[in-house]
Amino acid sequence: MWAWLEQDTPKSWGFLLRVIVKGLLLFAFCNLTFAWLYPMEILGRLSLYNTVFPGRERLPYGENPSASYNLTLNNIPAMLNSHTVSATPANDEYRVFVFGDSATWGYLLPHDATITAHINQLNLRVDDRPVVLYNLAYPVNSLTKDLLLMDAALAYQPDLLIWLFSPAAFLPDQQLRSDLVARNPQRVQDLFDAYDLTLDTSEPAFRHPDFWGRTLVIQRRALADLLRLQSYGVAWTASRVDNLPNTDRIVRVDLNDDLSWGAFEQPVILGYDDLRFDILAAAHQHLDEIPLLLVNEPIFISDGLNSDLRYNSLFPRWAYDQYRTLLATLSAENGWYTLDLWDTIDPQHFTDSPLHYSEQGASQLAQALSTAIEAFEQQD
Amino acid sequence: MGFTLSTLLFFGGLAVVYAWLPAARRSQILLIMSVLMVYALQPYVPIRWLDFWFPTLSIGLAIMGWYVTRSEHQPTTGKDHRTLLLVISLIVLLSLLRFVPSDYRLLVSSRPPPFSYVIALLSVLLLFSVLSRRMRSNWRWITALLILIGLFIGLKFVPLAETISAGLRSLGGQDVSLASAVDLRWLGFSYLAFRLIHTVRDRQLGLLPDLSLETYLNYIIFFPAYIAGPIDRAERFQQDIEALHRIRRFDAERFVVGLTRILIGVFKKFVIADTLAQGMALDPTSAALATDRFGLWLLLYGYALRLFFDFSGYTDMAIGVGILFGIQLPENFKQPYTRTSITAFWQSWHVTLSDWVRHYVFSPLSRHLLRRKPRPSPLLIVFIAQLATMIVIGLWHGITVPFLIWGIWHGIGLFIHKVWTDRTRGWYRVQKERPFLMLIHDIVAWFITFHFVVLGWVWFALSNWQLALDVFAKLFGVNI
Repeated sequence: MWAWLEQDTPKSWGFLLRVIVKGLLLFAFCNLTFAWLYPMEILGRLSLYNTVFPGRERLPYGENPSASYNLTLNNIPAMLNSHTVSATPANDEYRVFVFGDSATWGYLLPHDATITAHINQLNLRVDDRPVVLYNLAYPVNSLTKDLLLMDAALAYQPDLLIWLFSPAAFLPDQQLRSDLVARNPQRVQDLFDAYDLTLDTSEPAFRHPDFWGRTLVIQRRALADLLRLQSYGVAWTASRVDNLPNTDRIVRVDLNDDLSWGAFEQPVILGYDDLRFDILAAAHQHLDEIPLLLVNEPIFISDGLNSDLRYNSLFPRWAYDQYRTLLATLSAENGWYTLDLWDTIDPQHFTDSPLHYSEQGASQLAQALSTAIEAFEQQD
Repeated sequence: MGFTLSTLLFFGGLAVVYAWLPAARRSQILLIMSVLMVYALQPYVPIRWLDFWFPTLSIGLAIMGWYVTRSEHQPTTGKDHRTLLLVISLIVLLSLLRFVPSDYRLLVSSRPPPFSYVIALLSVLLLFSVLSRRMRSNWRWITALLILIGLFIGLKFVPLAETISAGLRSLGGQDVSLASAVDLRWLGFSYLAFRLIHTVRDRQLGLLPDLSLETYLNYIIFFPAYIAGPIDRAERFQQDIEALHRIRRFDAERFVVGLTRILIGVFKKFVIADTLAQGMALDPTSAALATDRFGLWLLLYGYALRLFFDFSGYTDMAIGVGILFGIQLPENFKQPYTRTSITAFWQSWHVTLSDWVRHYVFSPLSRHLLRRKPRPSPLLIVFIAQLATMIVIGLWHGITVPFLIWGIWHGIGLFIHKVWTDRTRGWYRVQKERPFLMLIHDIVAWFITFHFVVLGWVWFALSNWQLALDVFAKLFGVNI
């Protein structure tokens, strides 16, 4: 087997030098060509999911990839192409895309126990069409992140969008903080420019990669992640495991008396400009004819120490109440379809944070949402 | 397995230095590097000082092995004494790293034991070595074999290893409740033991040539092959050592061939095998979680490929590094997954291990059974010999039920193939004139062989036999 190496290979220092020089030149050529073409989006569209492997039920996200057979990457085409949303749908399917944060994604839940999974099990029908929900939530609190995913998901022809959020997603300093947003600067820039949204690009990670930043060497981690997403498809196919719920944390009942929230050190009168309601408005504009149902998602409501000051460890009462008022007012003024489900889930069904709930909590929320979907469509 | 990219770069740099140094000293330099690498490659072990004792014992056993296998008419020369002094000096110097800050202790995993303890152990090992010469040769060899087999069982049999770990922890004043078989990670011992057994048995049979201490130690602890083979033969290795002074310093052929081989090994192991390891290869966790048959088969194929690319990639790196230093280690893999019979598979997978067990298990056992009165049937002899051989290979990997079953699996497979071959010999002679039929035959034979091997890996991959049975049930859609 190794005869070719020992007999046919020329053996001289000149040969070795030529190989090294050619290798280096080829390496340089590949890097420069890659940087010039920057085919990351095209590479992201290459996927074995929905063909060889079944599509994932939620967007890739993994804090422990080797155990959860899932990983966190920032290539949006790759994320969507690994999801069932990119599979060829049934002809008459009523497609509902659900966006949100880690609660909606199903942190600490298996993929078949999320709210979308629960609603799908109810076999809803709208206009005699089977309703199929697609979980396109992602574990980051940022309306910008949701808008980014929404924009990319429009290619898959939704009939209805449901957008769950909490006030944490509205904070200005949260918008560009996540890697998913920061590593897709052009997409974000295009969206913000189209809808005249202000963009604070002082976030250090939010940088358009320069030419050298687009080389193979610099992009090697991103490329490796694309490959790993495919390789984990085997374990996903075999096990249908995409999450490894593992935490000792439980939601805090007794709270401190700190009244700060985000950049607000003390209670203030919040205005629309203090929170990114403009992104909600932009989303409505962007979606045009596609109906959008906004949902103020459930939160844990504590009855412990300092619960008169705070609802939970995330939200002081002054901020949360004002946020709800602003949301309701803005929705009424603009004709937005908004559901306020803030107290839908019983406190005992929250798990490790004021936003994350158990399967029972997901079931409660699913019931409320399914009723809303049917009522929404009738109204529409 | 132990080679990292930085280790390989280091070896490459060493090879350049080695080529530049005087030719007459090459064997000695190789020995120095091997002694140092035995310590450097040993991973950290939580039992105090054990990651220093293991390499010391490796070298100590190698020295004892030389004393045990030295023929009666082979005197101890001045060179042998200088070699012994050199090795002891190196070990003593390494022990003095105890006084060096941990950030600079590159050659040892943790703080070495006190100097007095090291001297005491070395003295005991030397004393046993010298005293062994006073034993009758047969008793010397049998004792050596029993010690090696005893150590092997102690390390590989989990309940015993846990007991030993607990005992060592107790001696060192460490928490006994944390005792685990994993504490006894003696790097390279399986291969070390087989090389030592090879020399002892060949001395018993009168086949081992006279080896100087330097050559013997170089053979036993040659650093590229120390961790995971190939398992070379001493007489073949001796030829390369004796030719070392004749190889050209900066021979382009040596560097081209060696570096190419290393690069191929790097690609196989760090690119292919490590990619397969990311969710594409069967392991106990994925085996327990698997619910989909197609996915489980993919994981099994992934494991088979991962095992091959990991192991053969490592072998390529070891052979490539050996070439850089003027030693041509034997090949270990010859396209095993393309073979059309299980016999051919075992002639092309981990070839040096197969050769070893054929020399020291299969052939002696067969001869012994042939000499028995009344003589068993030839078929029974083959069955027993093949089964025993494969069981030894299985248990060499670990003394557990799944490895035992894996060995039995292949032993039975080999026997079935032997019977099949005997019964169809006439048919083959006729069919050789029909190429298309032979092509179909080869495809079917390959399919059966490949899947027999792949299914056998279920026992190899999983340390729990019940989980392995569960995997089989899932693979074939059977409820158990």
